[in-house]
Amino acid sequence: MPARTGASRRAGGLVLGLSTAYLTLIVLIPIAAVVAASFEGGLSAFWDEVTSPGAVAALKLTFVASLLVVLVNAVTGTLIAWVLVRDDFRGKGVVNAVIDLPFALPTIVAGLTLLAVYGPGSPLGVDVAYTRAAVVLALLFVTLPFVVRAVQPVLVELDREMEEAAASLGARPLTTFRRIILPNLMPAVLSGAALSFGKAVGEFGAVVLISGNIPFDTEVASVNIFKSIESGEQAAAAAVSVVLLVLSFVVLAAADVLERRSRRHDA
Amino acid sequence: MRSSAGSRYALRTLALGYLLLLLVLPCSMIVYSTFRDGLAPVWEALTDPSFVSALELTLIAVGIAVPVNTIFGVMCAIALVRRPPKHGAWLVNSMIGLPLALSPVVVGLALVLVYGQDGWLGSWFEESGIQIIFSTPGIVLATIFVTLPFVVREVIPVLREVGTDQDEAARTLGASRFQTFRRITLPAIRWGVAYGVVLTTARALGEYGAVAVVSGRIAGKTETLTLHVDEEYLRFNEVAAFTTSLVLAVLAVLTLVAMNAFKPKEYKEVADVDRRPPSHETV
Amino acid sequence: MSIAVRQVTKRFDSSFVAVDNVSLAIASGSLTALLGPSGSGKSTLLRIIAGLETPDEGRVSILGEDVTRIPPQKREVGFVFQHYAAFKHMTVRDNVGFGLKIRKRPKAGIRATVDDLLGLVQLDGLADRYPGQLSGGQRQRMALARALAVEPKVLLLDEPFGALDARVRKELRAWLRRLHEEVHVTTVLVTHDQEEAMDVADRVTVMNEGRIEQSGKPRDLYEHPANEFVMSFVGPVNRLGEEWIRPHDLELRLEPNGTTSEAMIQRIVHLGFEVRVELVLDDGRHVSAQVTRREVEELELLEGQIIYVRPSRTTVFA
Repeated sequence: MPARTGASRRAGGLVLGLSTAYLTLIVLIPIAAVVAASFEGGLSAFWDEVTSPGAVAALKLTFVASLLVVLVNAVTGTLIAWVLVRDDFRGKGVVNAVIDLPFALPTIVAGLTLLAVYGPGSPLGVDVAYTRAAVVLALLFVTLPFVVRAVQPVLVELDREMEEAAASLGARPLTTFRRIILPNLMPAVLSGAALSFGKAVGEFGAVVLISGNIPFDTEVASVNIFKSIESGEQAAAAAVSVVLLVLSFVVLAAADVLERRSRRHDA
Repeated sequence: MRSSAGSRYALRTLALGYLLLLLVLPCSMIVYSTFRDGLAPVWEALTDPSFVSALELTLIAVGIAVPVNTIFGVMCAIALVRRPPKHGAWLVNSMIGLPLALSPVVVGLALVLVYGQDGWLGSWFEESGIQIIFSTPGIVLATIFVTLPFVVREVIPVLREVGTDQDEAARTLGASRFQTFRRITLPAIRWGVAYGVVLTTARALGEYGAVAVVSGRIAGKTETLTLHVDEEYLRFNEVAAFTTSLVLAVLAVLTLVAMNAFKPKEYKEVADVDRRPPSHETV
Repeated sequence: MSIAVRQVTKRFDSSFVAVDNVSLAIASGSLTALLGPSGSGKSTLLRIIAGLETPDEGRVSILGEDVTRIPPQKREVGFVFQHYAAFKHMTVRDNVGFGLKIRKRPKAGIRATVDDLLGLVQLDGLADRYPGQLSGGQRQRMALARALAVEPKVLLLDEPFGALDARVRKELRAWLRRLHEEVHVTTVLVTHDQEEAMDVADRVTVMNEGRIEQSGKPRDLYEHPANEFVMSFVGPVNRLGEEWIRPHDLELRLEPNGTTSEAMIQRIVHLGFEVRVELVLDDGRHVSAQVTRREVEELELLEGQIIYVRPSRTTVFA
């Protein structure tokens, strides 16, 4: 590189410094405030808030629903990615674009329309409003793109010759999929699944209309936090928020480790 | 390897069926439910002053958040790629990723804790007569928070791939740092920036949870379009709720179109069924 | 006949004809090379024999059985790819044993077979490594072992040494020939390298633009080429008008003798034992002659020197 003058060094450092300052102000300080607020009354107060029956019920529902959604997405996401990459039909381009709809559509709108189709007055005669199934449905909607988009590029890049080699060795298509393709897709599936989980545990807008927010039944963690804020119980809200935060981080870290372990064979 | 036609159709039907039930049907309902009672209620909803002010507020939030985060995004990406800090790069990356991992209500709570009346910085603002929470600045701040990562994350890989060769060539030819940035670096990353801007805009338009906490929901003053949807629904004005939803959905579709236009190549589907032998295999 | 290809045609994108009405018979136990430039159709033909492509017209039989509509899984062919197609998420042992495992052979049997094969291809000791940890040559030997593990009726190799560097290529070439002598599976090898084809194969089939130009023993192709394409593809050649002359068929003399032409030596290139002498004839045409080091010394040839050349043998095509 051409020699860096003192001025250029300072300019570069300035840009980094400004960026860090921006991040600190916008992100770091508010998050620190949440953590601080959750421990305001000390460790015992934190524990009380987190183990209060309402909070526990909400967290349990959130965790189980999100896990279920992740498992479903792992299968359907891979399936959809497969069809988009390996198949060809009229309108495939449109279908490919439509996958991103949950990214682009406001969550509250998603919730409203799911309610219209799968709630009272459903044109299909299917009414799951105000049940736990509604929670799962809403979460499936908003997490749809993650596994698909994670798997697609990997599938495109996959060495087709491995599959041909397996075929020449006598493997039927299902065997080839199970033993050759799937192991190579695993890192991508895990990555997409982790992102799905992160989105699902924190989802608010899509769930809030269709679930009915019945405490101890269909109230998810994010709604629980919202209600605490509205009633001025900031410490309670902060405590449950911290639990959600820790949960997200643990899952993301685990997924990262798993992904790296499956990638160890890449030459 | 070509799977049999039968299994191909089966997989295709399963995938499309799932998408139909989960995505297509609900989204078509928006249109149906909007115009269910004819055009008049729709017009009424669109001309309602609370709708108009919600639209204004949303546009203000988007109009501020997008440029601010774009400038930050480009700056931060350049800082991280061209002059990676020796220590603490992980911290910067974590902070950038945080808005994506956080539940929107937690974001709202965080902002209330800092900028609310009893907040860390809130009391200072209070004395200066500036109200953040329950007012426009709070909503703008929430929007900025949740849309922070997109431009950075899209520009970083593009910047890495472009490399420094062109910049170095420009410098040896006598261009100043700013000239190099403006004429070489910026054009090279423009598609990454464009895609990031599209994602940022989409997120800013669609944010609900964080602004729900922060806004106080005073109709006509601190409602965004997304909050307006909720509000009208709770008041049993279904048509108004769906009309607003339709407006947002149309904006979402426009965003989708833009996303597809600017998307990085890897996500574009590849037709595989009757492929030519690839170039590396000699025929 | 081990493999019979009858009037096979294959098109891509409905306009590009990759294989054009090709018929070919391959004898049991032989090692045949399909030789030709890029785009000649040789790889496509090989893949059609394997069942990885379906012909638009024509039939393929292996050991007398018509396999045209049979998928690759059931054809019992071994296929080796240019870029190895290693199962990168499995160990060498699991790669080689893959075919046996999906045929549900007993574990102990698989282990024994794999160990034998690894010994045969000289990869003992590397059984628990991953392909990513092997060199290119090792990966290709693993691929061969893997293909042989299921005792295929025929062995098909698609430019197997194309991705390796020159020295490894030559070593593996010789090694493949030795392996073939030991194992005696009918083998078809696709290559664009004429030296490789001539070195390794019992029979060579030259292909160009989807059609077979000539089939025969390497020596026959070299000495009695059917047309200009085969002659120029199979070895270096000088062309003077209608006459085609091999560089080693150009005699060099210091004195004219009535049948010679005058030429000036432009460049003398020493390629080890052989020497290539690049010449310019008095009418401006360029030719090259191939002589031995001894001849160069005996004739005391120097660059810039005027000498006299005469072809001892020419070929003319109708």
